[in-house]
Amino acid sequence: MKFYIPPQITRLALAFAIFISLFLVLRHFLVPKTFGVYGHYRAASLIDNAQLEIHYSGQQACFVCHQDIEDKKAQDVHSDIHCETCHGPGEKHVVNSKVEKILKPTGREFCGSCHALNAAKLKSAIFQIDLKKHNIGKNCIECHNPHQPWEMKK
Amino acid sequence: MGNEKVVSSRRKFLKTAVTLAGATIGYSWLKSSQVLLHAAEPKDESLPWYGIVIDIQKCIGCGNCAKACKNENDVPKEPFFFRTWIEQYTVKNDGSVDIVSPNGGIDGFEQRAPAEDIFKSFFVPKMCNHCSKSPCTQVCPVGATYESPEGVVLIDEKYCIGCRYCVQACPYGCRFIHPVKKVANKCTLCYHRLKKGLAPACMEVCPTGARMYGNLRDKNSEIVKFLKEHTTQVLRPHLNTGSKLYYNALSSEVR
Repeated sequence: MKFYIPPQITRLALAFAIFISLFLVLRHFLVPKTFGVYGHYRAASLIDNAQLEIHYSGQQACFVCHQDIEDKKAQDVHSDIHCETCHGPGEKHVVNSKVEKILKPTGREFCGSCHALNAAKLKSAIFQIDLKKHNIGKNCIECHNPHQPWEMKK
Repeated sequence: MGNEKVVSSRRKFLKTAVTLAGATIGYSWLKSSQVLLHAAEPKDESLPWYGIVIDIQKCIGCGNCAKACKNENDVPKEPFFFRTWIEQYTVKNDGSVDIVSPNGGIDGFEQRAPAEDIFKSFFVPKMCNHCSKSPCTQVCPVGATYESPEGVVLIDEKYCIGCRYCVQACPYGCRFIHPVKKVANKCTLCYHRLKKGLAPACMEVCPTGARMYGNLRDKNSEIVKFLKEHTTQVLRPHLNTGSKLYYNALSSEVR
């Protein structure tokens, strides 16, 4: 009599056992393999994120071919500006330089995106020009070499 | 005899209960203040733990960062989707503050008022703060957004169900739902570039070096040196998000 378990409890226990094992089986198939390796997320997602393609190659890749520009740039105030700041994403050009050409912005407005006068820019941060007064109608690169801005063209 | 036994066991019980309660309260107090002081630095010390510095005094609002981010990460070109953007603040002499960000700053900025009316004006680049106690990762119901062991907050695009909880949880407005993929999208600190030894696209193209990233764990790194030598502040410090994006020369007008 001591170990008598009422039938309703047995049935309930059986139902619980079925539900729990069903849950465990489903969980085994539904939870991704790498989930929870580092935390509450799929560890394989780190690899997914790391494997995305790059578009900007970094200026060291540019200098492999364009050594002359590196030397020119190093002598003047644009030395710290990386190539792709003005020339745009260059990875395609690095991979296939014959077909994919790099951007060569020439307009006055383009130089102005950095150098136009604006009270929000600190004077010490950047050399500023009033585009409405400075040599109107002329392109900046007619006088300034963009890689060496203070070596004026004649 | 029986009474004495009851009294002594009651005394014993009370003693144990008081000790346990005291220890629990004391421990939780200690632990909570530790959490406030130090953001949750991940344990794996072989990996870097990334932080970001943005120097407002150096930013000239050229928009190259926002443009490069869109190119690098295939962010939709419409002006509603940004992983990073720039805001122009203009504080006028009458005390009013004007904040604009036309197309995230990609097309550049115009001065908003004549110079004599301006008290001060500056640019504030914004991006994901890569918080170490990030509200966005905590609300995700499926574990599709998380902080990587390097301290970069990432999204698992295959697992995200697009419920938008994280979009509304981010106090800095740094997330959006990708209009084509229909899943959450945000700055990854160019995780794919970091892993290849390259700088994030926005920092690669910044002409003035206003943005900087580095290993907060390495006490000799450039970023730690900068943090030591400058008065920096995070956005919304009262929210205790453990933000790892530090602004130099941040004005109180910035929201």
